[in-house]
Amino acid sequence: MDALLNKRIKQVLKGDQNAFTDVVTLYQHKLYQLCYRMLGNKQEAEDIAQEAFVRAYINLHSYDQKRKFSTWLYRIATNLCIDRIRKKKPDYYLDAEVPGTDGLDMYSHIAATDQLPEDAVEQMDLQDRIQYEISRLPDKYRSVIVLKYIEELSLQEISEILDMPLGTVKTRIHRGREALRKQLNNL
Amino acid sequence: MSTCPQYIVDYMHEYLDGDISREHEQQLKKHLQDCSDCQQHMHQLSDTIAFVKSAAHITAPPNFEEQVMKRLPKPKQRLGVQKWLRRHPIIVAAAVFLFFMSATLLNNYPNDEFSVTKQPNLVVDGQTVIVPEGEVVKGDIVVKNGDLVIEGEVDGNVTVINGQYMASTAVVTGQIEEIDETFEWLWYEMKRMANDFMALFE
Repeated sequence: MDALLNKRIKQVLKGDQNAFTDVVTLYQHKLYQLCYRMLGNKQEAEDIAQEAFVRAYINLHSYDQKRKFSTWLYRIATNLCIDRIRKKKPDYYLDAEVPGTDGLDMYSHIAATDQLPEDAVEQMDLQDRIQYEISRLPDKYRSVIVLKYIEELSLQEISEILDMPLGTVKTRIHRGREALRKQLNNL
Repeated sequence: MSTCPQYIVDYMHEYLDGDISREHEQQLKKHLQDCSDCQQHMHQLSDTIAFVKSAAHITAPPNFEEQVMKRLPKPKQRLGVQKWLRRHPIIVAAAVFLFFMSATLLNNYPNDEFSVTKQPNLVVDGQTVIVPEGEVVKGDIVVKNGDLVIEGEVDGNVTVINGQYMASTAVVTGQIEEIDETFEWLWYEMKRMANDFMALFE
């Protein structure tokens, strides 16, 4: 697989755009899954995963062929997801009053949407529930938990993808696990 | 559990990461046998991992590749051109220089059109410019593609490009130049540029 991949990458670098199809085929599911778990939305996941491949194509000349291609590709996708999550967040003011409500501001609105009532959560099927719990994690824990337990990558690889020391990755995984544990046992 | 040391929880995570030392593992096991709270904590952590791992594999939508290929930037050639440009900076610099040079020169190259410097008392008759008798033209005269006949006086330089200069009793205070060929014209242009340049410092 690696030999084929390297061959395709060289072809793309020489200007053969069609050779990139095989690269997409090889990684589309992994990348899409990563984006879906990070963003929790199919349309956004598709858009960001596609964008990740486009960026990889444009910047392929800067990829160091001695290193693992998947790590490089994951890194592009993870960064795009984190950017998207951050952009989505504060596009409203928390203190602003919600129109049509009497004195209710965004704080109460967030509390209401962020955490569903207990019985609603209990009625979810398992897969929805998993996605719901992942999406409640703060994004710095979400990325490590998704890379570790959904994409099943090694801690070393995660540290390369996120460009942070191994120790930091471990700390985040520990805290992520604790955060998830609390979420699951609070019900 | 609040009385249990924090390192027990750290050991749990080391264990879950699969990089716990034998020493820590034995301490952890010993502690878990005695402490039901920590046992429960450990169980909950394992359950949490099992829970996340039971997430179904998600696959990309069927036309995903096609969509990606459509979004790729088209210009393969442009990429090639850019590469080439990046590899040959000196040729590029030379080309740019030549381009601007030739543009300015060609701009001034005498085309077939007749033209003359505007001076108030010149008389133009077809393609012949006449300085009438008794008149004094103050300033330079340049005639392109035409003849110049001086019967009066010129207080300045006279230049005739691609034409004839005729004067019988003329009085010209400056220099008189006749230019017919391209080479001479080029020389003239260069001299003019140098003069303009020098004039900046005067």
